Amino acid sequence: MKIYGVAMLALCFLVGKVLGNYLGLLIQIDGDIGGVGFAMILLIFSNSYLKKKGLMQPETAYGILFWSSMYIPIIVAMAATLNVRSAISGGWVAVCAGAVVTLGAFFLVPLIAKIGKEKDEKTPDL
Amino acid sequence: MIEILKDVLTKNGLLFAFLVVGSILLLAFWISKWLTYKRIPSVAIAIVIGLGLAFLGENKGISDIPIFAGMALLGGAMLRDFAVVATAMGADMNEIKNAGLAGAVSLLIGVSFSFFLGALIAFAMGYTDPKSIATIGAGACTYIVGPITGTALGVPSDIIAISVAAGVVKTIVATIGTPLIAKTIGLDNPHSAVVFGGLIGTTSGVTAGLAATDPKLVPYGALTATFYTGLGCLLCPSVFYFMILFLVG
Repeated sequence: MKIYGVAMLALCFLVGKVLGNYLGLLIQIDGDIGGVGFAMILLIFSNSYLKKKGLMQPETAYGILFWSSMYIPIIVAMAATLNVRSAISGGWVAVCAGAVVTLGAFFLVPLIAKIGKEKDEKTPDL
Repeated sequence: MIEILKDVLTKNGLLFAFLVVGSILLLAFWISKWLTYKRIPSVAIAIVIGLGLAFLGENKGISDIPIFAGMALLGGAMLRDFAVVATAMGADMNEIKNAGLAGAVSLLIGVSFSFFLGALIAFAMGYTDPKSIATIGAGACTYIVGPITGTALGVPSDIIAISVAAGVVKTIVATIGTPLIAKTIGLDNPHSAVVFGGLIGTTSGVTAGLAATDPKLVPYGALTATFYTGLGCLLCPSVFYFMILFLVG
């Protein structure tokens, strides 16, 4: 049944969020640190575990894949509910800081992406 | 007649939001196919239409208009994070392991780079109070780190508003800019997407930008981006603020 998949997704999500909030509490930040990340890792592990055990029915997987495919519509809805006006009325400082930082970070991607890749190429030599 | 229609749409806000978003995506698909010959991905067009609609409202974009209130639920943090987690079904654990170190480095560099460049811009544009500089720098990390840092340091609300605005600008630039610049910066594989998530950090911008570029990359970027705001909240009001205080004060 599809609801099994949705329920499993909800379980991973909630456990991840709770872990993220505990981590936040631990380092004294009122909030969630990496909750979504923990939830994703949980989902990846439970999915591969259930697949190995042969317990992951296609119907169950559809329940999760449905939400995965709802991702883009949700992002479009999110874009339509952003505070776009304040972004512009925040003045030039806000526009400059936000835009320059983002554009600068774009160009750091190829530099830092080298880190793991060099390692990958070295490993076969060992 | 109109009243009854409005009433039904308002009471069933989430379902009306499905219809609205579905129509936007269909329109975007047509624009992409017939006007741009698929050169601009339909998802990117749909997101730009969404951003345009956000101008119709105030603080919460289009959802400030009562009949579109359901858009806030559909596009809110709960369903967004739920769907982001679901995308992990398509992620490859080995890719994540390989990119682990690069992801961690990108997080540290991403937060420091955004904070100090943002702070430098604030300083260059006439802000001399270390607390204000730190708050605007934090806002250049994400629109959540900004107000948290500002509140911790006790800056006036207009500075907090600037920091939130800087974070929202970052989200918008990442959303629109990512598909345009992806090829130039080699953002076409899971490894780069992990690094990208750590460098840009604003979950909404990272995931929207990646969705517009290649939806397969979304889980990898989201995985690192989710740690960014927390790291920013940890470093900006403490270590980074003291460094600004040392440099300026």
